[in-house]
Amino acid sequence: MPIDKRVASAAEALADVADGATVFISGFGGAGFPNVLIRALRDRGPKNLTLVVNSATHRYSYTHELIEAGLVRKVVCTAARGHSKEPSAFERLWMEGRIELECVPQGTFTERIRAGGAGIPAFFTPVGFGTELTKGKEVRSFDGRDYVLEHAMTGDVALVRADTADRYGNLSFRYAQMNFGPVMATAATLAVAEVRTMLDEPMPYEHVQLPGVYVDRVVAVAA
Amino acid sequence: MTTQPLNRLQIAWRAAQDIEEGMLVNLGLGMPVAVADYIRPEVDVFIQSENGVIGVGPLAAPEHLDADLVDAGSRRVTIRPGASIVDSSWSFAMIRGGHVDVAILGAFEVAANGDLANWDMRLPNKGPLVGGAMDLAACARSVWVIMEHMTRKGAPRLLQSCTLPLTAVRCVTRIYTDLAVVDVTPAGMVAREMLAGLSEADLRARTGAPLAFAPDCRPLVTPDIALPD
Repeated sequence: MPIDKRVASAAEALADVADGATVFISGFGGAGFPNVLIRALRDRGPKNLTLVVNSATHRYSYTHELIEAGLVRKVVCTAARGHSKEPSAFERLWMEGRIELECVPQGTFTERIRAGGAGIPAFFTPVGFGTELTKGKEVRSFDGRDYVLEHAMTGDVALVRADTADRYGNLSFRYAQMNFGPVMATAATLAVAEVRTMLDEPMPYEHVQLPGVYVDRVVAVAA
Repeated sequence: MTTQPLNRLQIAWRAAQDIEEGMLVNLGLGMPVAVADYIRPEVDVFIQSENGVIGVGPLAAPEHLDADLVDAGSRRVTIRPGASIVDSSWSFAMIRGGHVDVAILGAFEVAANGDLANWDMRLPNKGPLVGGAMDLAACARSVWVIMEHMTRKGAPRLLQSCTLPLTAVRCVTRIYTDLAVVDVTPAGMVAREMLAGLSEADLRARTGAPLAFAPDCRPLVTPDIALPD
């Protein structure tokens, strides 16, 4: 059967996400949040999820709805701070000890995911050396500089927002939509992309920013 | 010539004067992003935003806001001619690989050896937020800090060693404050410029680490720049 990764709805795209899954969610600063997929995941309601997402709470992302729905066991992120004086849903659960947090420097965050999709189990980075965030990690010196050992991350599902897709799962992004999307797709067993536009024809190769080999399902969503 | 402490826009102006043609510059959230407004127009530089925008331009006009074109502070921006956009992994590879010439960052504290504390004020009831601060501080070729010389309560922020959690060790090379421009050298802090009307003793009294003065230490002079209401 010819390759066709298009699915009719976000719900169908996420129909087999299981309890305990590690879920990557793309997006940064308002660009590239897969909000339709996030809502569909909330409606499906798998429990004990580990979210790997840049911000535990962002005003333009629906990530917090998964947390408020009680679906999340742990968050791996670079920003766990809410926007207002009152604690966010995440901050409240975290202070009550009901949700686990792993706070990671952003370049290490994205490189751990990249490594996960690139067959690299661990790597040394100078970032975070001598800080609380790398306490207890192995340190090695190369050419007189100290580096910290960081381990790759892989996931069960990646939720990615892109601009256009074709039936092969090739993706292109608008402006800063890319951010974590490409690496998250490479490091997840099931990579799902929501897009504004589904092309009828194959995408011209020079427009492809993430090859469809990394993408399992694509769904067109409004706007 | 002003003898009042600089306001935050004047500090940003002063830092902007040291940006050189051809540099790739990353500006931290808060005070540092204002530096872009004061880079001399004849100086051609690219501003890198860690979400992958290489060549950030001015803020977008209200009628051209685009949610897909944002900088690291979630501000809706434009891109300059010659700009490009990459994914986060490439952007941080650029930072870690030493391709960013200077990162201009805010700070709570800087130590005499260049240690920087700028990410965790230990706020009660708030989650941590590190973002790209550690990557930039550890890996930009130069790290400049712009900050108030003292806390609101009058305690020094330039210290023998930091009291708050570190962002990176031995990384800061220059500090721009409302009172002075201070280099962080292997021999410790050296004032390069100081507000007119302050004595060396005055500045030392406001500094929590040993402070030397450059032989050619000059008055710190900026234009008047009004803060927005």
